[in-house]
Amino acid sequence: MSQDDRDQDRERVVRSLVVLCADWPLVAAGASPLDVAVVIGAGRVLAASPMARAEGIEVGQRRREAQRRCPAVIVHDADADRDARLFHAIGAALEHVTPRIELSTPGVAAFPTRGPSRYFGGDHALAAEVASAVGRVMDGLGWSDSVGVGVADGRFVAQQAAEQMAKQMSGRGGIAVLEPGTSAEFLAPLSVRVLGRDELVEVLLRLGITTLGAFAALPAADVSARFGPEGLAAHRLAGGLDEQPPRAVALPVHLVVTAELDPPVDRVDQATFVAKGLVEQLHAGLMAEGLSCTRVCIAAETETGESNERVWRHGDALGIGALIDRVRWQLDGWLNGPSVLRPASGICRLSLIPDEVGPARGRQLGFWGGETAADERAMRALTRVQGIIGGLAVMVPEARGGRSPVERIVRVPMATAELAGSRFDSVSDGPPWPGRVPAPSPTLLVEESVRVLDAAGATLVVSGRGTLSAAPVLIECSRCAPMEVMAWAGPWLSDERWWDPAAHVRRARLQLLLADGRAVLVSCENHAWSIEGWYD
Amino acid sequence: MAPDAISGADQRSTLRRLSELIRPVTLAAERGLPVVESLAALLPDEALARGSVVRVAGVGSTSLALALIAKASQEGSWSSIIGLGELALVAAEEHGIALGRLALIEVPQWRRCAEVVAALIDGFDLVLLDARAELRAVEIRRITARMREQGSVLILIDPGLPGASSAPMSRSMSRSVLSQSADGWSPDVVLTLGSPQWSGVGSGHGLLRHRRVTIDAVGRGRSARPRHLEVLLPDRHGSVAASSETSSIVGRGHRVAG
Repeated sequence: MSQDDRDQDRERVVRSLVVLCADWPLVAAGASPLDVAVVIGAGRVLAASPMARAEGIEVGQRRREAQRRCPAVIVHDADADRDARLFHAIGAALEHVTPRIELSTPGVAAFPTRGPSRYFGGDHALAAEVASAVGRVMDGLGWSDSVGVGVADGRFVAQQAAEQMAKQMSGRGGIAVLEPGTSAEFLAPLSVRVLGRDELVEVLLRLGITTLGAFAALPAADVSARFGPEGLAAHRLAGGLDEQPPRAVALPVHLVVTAELDPPVDRVDQATFVAKGLVEQLHAGLMAEGLSCTRVCIAAETETGESNERVWRHGDALGIGALIDRVRWQLDGWLNGPSVLRPASGICRLSLIPDEVGPARGRQLGFWGGETAADERAMRALTRVQGIIGGLAVMVPEARGGRSPVERIVRVPMATAELAGSRFDSVSDGPPWPGRVPAPSPTLLVEESVRVLDAAGATLVVSGRGTLSAAPVLIECSRCAPMEVMAWAGPWLSDERWWDPAAHVRRARLQLLLADGRAVLVSCENHAWSIEGWYD
Repeated sequence: MAPDAISGADQRSTLRRLSELIRPVTLAAERGLPVVESLAALLPDEALARGSVVRVAGVGSTSLALALIAKASQEGSWSSIIGLGELALVAAEEHGIALGRLALIEVPQWRRCAEVVAALIDGFDLVLLDARAELRAVEIRRITARMREQGSVLILIDPGLPGASSAPMSRSMSRSVLSQSADGWSPDVVLTLGSPQWSGVGSGHGLLRHRRVTIDAVGRGRSARPRHLEVLLPDRHGSVAASSETSSIVGRGHRVAG
């Protein structure tokens, strides 16, 4: 791309205002700014309050690590629906400034400044107006000084400016207005981490490119050749441009999908059900033309003529699931929000308007690995199964570490697991866990109580020093007839977590070989024997 | 008719016919999913034929099922396990199954099991189904047809827990299971385990080291020839290995190695 092209692009960048409520998930969870609180999703910290950050808790840490830094931390569970529903109040507060509010995630709202800025008398006046409007809502929630407002060329730059302001916490509401043409200088010293694309950032850091300025200085053609469309989009952001080059093509009006609801619906779940069909229809239309949608406008209208319109945006293309979520969030905020904002009648019309479309392109970041067609097929099948029997019934393995077979790899619901990344590094390379049951491991883990008897018919006792009172001869469990013990190995003692009275476990394990050729792992804890697993 | 007058639907059906015609010929053998070397002799073409139903039975069937899917899983196939909540994932890991490509489905009360199995077949090469799932004959027929179309492999496991009805079957019994099984499945191959012999434990010393088992395969069509194999399942690493000694089965006793 020549310098001329870049200059032309820069002229076309949409000057935007971004208002950002820092730590929104915490605000929505009802925490107070003075709490040491975190919001945890999928086992990791998603948001940490200022006090928690002062304790050394960082976003992205594991729950256990956060609790280690500050044992008294208050943990809130992540709930994207709740975040979005409460954020509706912020959207409503901005409605008198502009009708065209664009949301990406709960906590961040943006709009183009061209019209509103003229009306309110300049960027500074507009930003002050927005800050006070949002500030009033935030005061009501008890968080007065965590609003950042940024005005700059391009949404990304404005968001970075707003984030800096929100983090500074200098009094009530920080406002940053970057003069036109200064975005590249503003971005240059920032770390590439602000691009938010973990995989790409990782590679850049290893290549020694740590600042946005250094990344933007790379030739666009080379970035495109190595990192594909996604890398190119990030490169454009780093240079202060919009993610996508401006398109001369008219928006595809024929792709707009609309549903008339008769009778009108006033419940979110009913509306979401309709939305599901609409979203699939929209996607089929986009796919047929090889397009993907990065910004979509969701419009709902009631019988009495009230309407609710929001623009949603997502860096990567909005997938079917993501889009349905956004419809639900928006309608939930509207239908179940504060009573002054609630519509008087049911929704009778729902439409999805693709607002910004680009060619659908694959992703290619790593040199190897990545997603294959088979992975995609499997993910689709799992999503469908989740739809049939519920999200919690679909589980994936996750490595945990421990001594007993039950602890080492556990099942976690797919919905809460991180599917990306390596969940299994620790299985072979993890800490050694001395005293764990060596391979081969039992294949079926059945926890049930059992009686292990000696020749005299008395229950076997393991002494504190790890000797058996007698040789095991017979076992009796509830589900089967008594079985003779042919041979045994053990007992092996384990004394785990002796430092924690509540979690302290002292047990002895024994491998038994039974008369019918089966083998079983039994353990004794507090003089009570139980089966841990069968070697099937 | 001028070429541009062909309607979209016509065009599509023509294209589909053409793609059928010009598709490279693939033999059934090339379409199979690979299995570990030590079990290869059990199956025709040394692979799990796509679209087939395999039943494993007898003491050790869980280990055998895990060993069967390990190789394909390593090579990129996704596997799912329906039911079988007792399965130890550590054992799956020891068999070498890629846990990152494994999904575990819990079916509450088996109510919508057929629907779940059908959905999974679309996305997964390997589907392990708990044989305790109660499916109606019509559902089983539908699932089998779908599987042949999608080319996935369904493995039915009877976990060998004591007290369950799955007594180790003799070879003649498994033959009768093949033609008309009690629960409605008509598997292409039945693998029956027998004569388990653990070694490694004594009277209070040692460690379970490996289990020598015999596996009998009977089936239909290409798998019609009965096959017999003796392997260590699990071996000392928890996976499967060829039996090192040339088959010297010492009765049905329980040899205890010191």
